[in-house]
Amino acid sequence: MFEGMKKKKKKKVSLEGGEEPAGEVNGDDMFDGMKKKKKKKDIPMDLEASPIPEAAEPELANGEAPADDDLFAGMKKKKKKAIPDDLVEGDAAPATDGANGANGEEDFDFSDLKKKKKKAKKALDMEAFERELEEANAADRKAKKPKTEDEDEDEADEEDDVDLGDDPFAHDVDVDAGEGDEKWLGTDRDYTYEELLDRFYRILRQNNPELAGGKRRHTVPPPSVMREGNKKTIFANIVDIAKRIHRSPDHVISFLFAELGTTGSVDGSSRLVIKGRFQQKQLENVLRRYIVEYVTCKTCKSPDTLLEKENRIFFVQCESCGSRRSVSAVKTGFQAQVGKRSKTKVAT
Amino acid sequence: MSGPIFNKYDPFAEGDGEAGINETDNSGNEQYIHIRIQQRNGRKTLTTLSGLPKQYDPKKLLKAFKKEFACNGTVVADEEAGEVIQLQGDQRLKIATFLTTEGIDKNIIKLHGF
Repeated sequence: MFEGMKKKKKKKVSLEGGEEPAGEVNGDDMFDGMKKKKKKKDIPMDLEASPIPEAAEPELANGEAPADDDLFAGMKKKKKKAIPDDLVEGDAAPATDGANGANGEEDFDFSDLKKKKKKAKKALDMEAFERELEEANAADRKAKKPKTEDEDEDEADEEDDVDLGDDPFAHDVDVDAGEGDEKWLGTDRDYTYEELLDRFYRILRQNNPELAGGKRRHTVPPPSVMREGNKKTIFANIVDIAKRIHRSPDHVISFLFAELGTTGSVDGSSRLVIKGRFQQKQLENVLRRYIVEYVTCKTCKSPDTLLEKENRIFFVQCESCGSRRSVSAVKTGFQAQVGKRSKTKVAT
Repeated sequence: MSGPIFNKYDPFAEGDGEAGINETDNSGNEQYIHIRIQQRNGRKTLTTLSGLPKQYDPKKLLKAFKKEFACNGTVVADEEAGEVIQLQGDQRLKIATFLTTEGIDKNIIKLHGF
């Protein structure tokens, strides 16, 4: 591990003069660089394996397909993401019924799913409404022929928006992402600049996401959280998440413990057992803070960073822009006395 | 960052361990007020506030907190963290807003926990 780091550093130094201008986020360049480096070899594979980029493509192909089908397909994908362990259940559920699908997984992010469904429904409704509207005054709209084309594309867009999240966590979808941006369809008025700009960004984002902001390619599977008994929480995919953000699980775990003010252990199948009750949302918040503090580069917002230690100080080195900053070590703060004193006395 | 850092500390002194740069305790130029939360049994929680600047009296602040938030609390002396205010219940956001309205810079307040 250390060898890899050292090698990389040397490379940086030797290339420094020439590489600086190319530091702009350039997909191909970065990819090349990664391949060269020994330690990073698993990144491209990981990214390919992530379900997000796939989600965009098939929808594009059949933008004409009935909206019903597509929406459910999106949900299927979502579900897969949420519970990587039992794929079977996730696959079977959406095929039968929406409500059934929600019931299929009691332990998992129930509320999130519901929210999503509601939103999907809304999108569907809007679509239907739009179509009706179109049929109603098709006659006087014949004159403007590009309209139908627009409609098709917008349909595709809308589904896409339902599918893709903006956050690092895959299942959090920004509300009102795709709504109300085709206001001009039913009316005679001209497009406003903002509407067209929105439309441009949506299309750009769905066709090649790495050009638009680059936020979307950084996705982390949502933490899968279960309860063990009454007082313990199991965080099942901690290793997976740590791998995805290129941090050692130990570091992430220590941050979690420090932040939650608790303790815990790692069990046999490398799941994290945390003392205390925590919900998925809470852990997600903490992870998000971890990513902001220790993963994303402050200068270019890129998640391709390395955490290295030098003279007892941690540094975050950005892989895409080469910037380097120091971060404070994870530090557990003051721990108040909780529970019986006699118990703690025995333990120490 | 890696260049020589000229400060008045003795670099070989015993102390903070890894905390290093960001947690300078004495000069106070980058000292944070940490607001943490701890779970107790059931749905009870405990909020702790540490790293209060020297010019504020923790006892008086505690009195104000208790009155404002309608909760109990104590001041605990800790070797590392100094004087720590403990409050019953999840008072993190209330503390943060209280402190900011009293004129403490928002950037030195760090909210921890879920």
